[in-house]
Amino acid sequence: MSNIKNAFKNKKAFIAFFTCGDPDLETTKKAIRSAVKNGADLIELGIPFSDPTAEGPVIQAANLRALKGGITTDKIFAFVRELRKDIDVPFVFMTYTNVVFSYGVEKFVSECQKSRIDGLILPDLPFEEKEEFHPICAGYGVDLISMVAPTSEKRIAKIAGEAEGFLYVVSSLGVTGMRSEITTDLTSIVATIRENTRIPCAVGFGISTPQQAAAMAEYADGVIVGSAIVNIMEKYGKDAPQYVGDYVKEMKKALSVY
Amino acid sequence: MTNQKGRFGTHGGQYIPETLMNAVIELEAAYEYYKNDPEFNRELTELFNEYAGRPSRLYYAEKMTKALGGAKIYLKREDLNHTGAHKINNVLGQALLAKKMGKTRLIAETGAGQHGVATATAAALMGMECVVFMGEEDTIRQALNVYRMRLLGAEVIPVTTGTATLKDAVSEAMREWTSRIADTHYCLGSVMGPHPFPTIVRDFQAVISKEIKEQILQKEGRLPDAVIACVGGGSNAIGSFYHFIEDKKVRLIGCEAAGRGIDTDETAATITTGRLGIFHGMKSYFCQDEYGQIAPVYSISAGLDYPGVGPEHAYLHDMGRAEYVPVTDEEAVWAFEYLAKTEGIIPAIESAHAVAHAMKVAPLMSPEKIIVVTISGRGDKDCAAIARYRGEDIYE
Repeated sequence: MSNIKNAFKNKKAFIAFFTCGDPDLETTKKAIRSAVKNGADLIELGIPFSDPTAEGPVIQAANLRALKGGITTDKIFAFVRELRKDIDVPFVFMTYTNVVFSYGVEKFVSECQKSRIDGLILPDLPFEEKEEFHPICAGYGVDLISMVAPTSEKRIAKIAGEAEGFLYVVSSLGVTGMRSEITTDLTSIVATIRENTRIPCAVGFGISTPQQAAAMAEYADGVIVGSAIVNIMEKYGKDAPQYVGDYVKEMKKALSVY
Repeated sequence: MTNQKGRFGTHGGQYIPETLMNAVIELEAAYEYYKNDPEFNRELTELFNEYAGRPSRLYYAEKMTKALGGAKIYLKREDLNHTGAHKINNVLGQALLAKKMGKTRLIAETGAGQHGVATATAAALMGMECVVFMGEEDTIRQALNVYRMRLLGAEVIPVTTGTATLKDAVSEAMREWTSRIADTHYCLGSVMGPHPFPTIVRDFQAVISKEIKEQILQKEGRLPDAVIACVGGGSNAIGSFYHFIEDKKVRLIGCEAAGRGIDTDETAATITTGRLGIFHGMKSYFCQDEYGQIAPVYSISAGLDYPGVGPEHAYLHDMGRAEYVPVTDEEAVWAFEYLAKTEGIIPAIESAHAVAHAMKVAPLMSPEKIIVVTISGRGDKDCAAIARYRGEDIYE
């Protein structure tokens, strides 16, 4: 059992996503500190990938900006060790399977353990393919986070049954990115999840406003926000950390009514 | 529990977002049913024969054979199919399957535009909606095909992300599929992507080698010594190889696009220069950097300009059953011009990669040997680009 459960203890968790190295690692670091100071309960660290097939335009562009800036997996591990000197909230990596596979699964996951990364999200690694990665993750105490989608239907039970850390509930069809409304019926999905696991579930994809966060938190244990934060990073560049802090504070406030 | 379905040795698999998993499971179930359904096969054969013009000819290239002074060269004329390439075989199969599954909309990626044109054609024929994703760079290189797709009623969406070529078109089509699954079938154009696509596309393209075998036995009374085809994702090659895989004496040779050379960064020769990775739903060989970032590949041929290769080719390579050789832009352009002048056949620049390799190996073989070269498509679409390559200021 990793540190992840602490993010959900006695509260609705706010999970903030950052693309590492956008616009540069120094700014990412300041933005993460600002998010944590303002109440972010878990930080999702995106390792950029050249061809992020599950991302919408906002995060795609952030990936390419970061790669253009010379970011690499090794630089990100060093960056996380630096962050860990003063930040204790749980960290999970979000990247694509080839980034981990190419680095060497065992080498990657052992580095995760050394940098106190608590979990790993690979959106292109479904339940059927996790066996190549899961035992290694388990060996190093890194949770391999599972996802369920609006299309999962009968798959939810088996995915939830083997899930660890938290369960990532994809709010809508399509890729990541802000949506004006989320129409999926999450109540039945979350109900099926609850029948099969006791680990917390957090909803992501498309959430950007306090109203949406509050609506999702009615069913789920937390919300994940990516594109809205990446958007702030893009808009304000090196000045973004302060704005990220303000945004996180507002989102946390919406979640605190529960 | 590892699902071993859809694996070719270590290659293949289903590395896709959870959102798409039920769609590929549903597709697999439908395919497993319909591939053995006599009515489905009757309809498909009728489409192949009456609509696409199959069987395609196996043509003895006598002038080329004599000029090169070695092995006897036969050309498998997939360029004579309706829409001008082998792509129609797969598309008719998938469109018919999608229709049986109740889908009303086809989406597709395209590189050179041949697969997009074929998909738009099948959609028009079967009364389905069609959206084609094409790298913006390729919409410029292949402007005529963009017009053809629109003429056929398809919407063409230029993809501006990444390198704005084939791999980005695949990524964008996958993204579109995750957002609209219920009525939409992703008509993937090559033997790549997640299971069951590599198997489905191979089965629909295997008609090429089935015909080659029958035709060569009729003409020569024996099997060929080598079958040569170009490889991007690898659908015409696997189609040309498939019924010969068990005939161990038949050499199977896939020609990859070396671009400006395999010792440069401007290449798309995946098996020669890539390494094992996981991308676009499959484990296979990919051109990538040391951190697994997919490399921006290059070839004069938009259809071979892809950083990966189908998992079954990766497996045939591992087993040593097929050979994969790099062919440069310059060699392909030379072969393009050579075949036009020698046989009066203008091959697609993709297919010209296979012709170029045949020109290298045929003179080294004795006259009683037989080579079959698959001309996967016609070259009309490439004329303006090749003229520009030769410094002529021609625009479509």
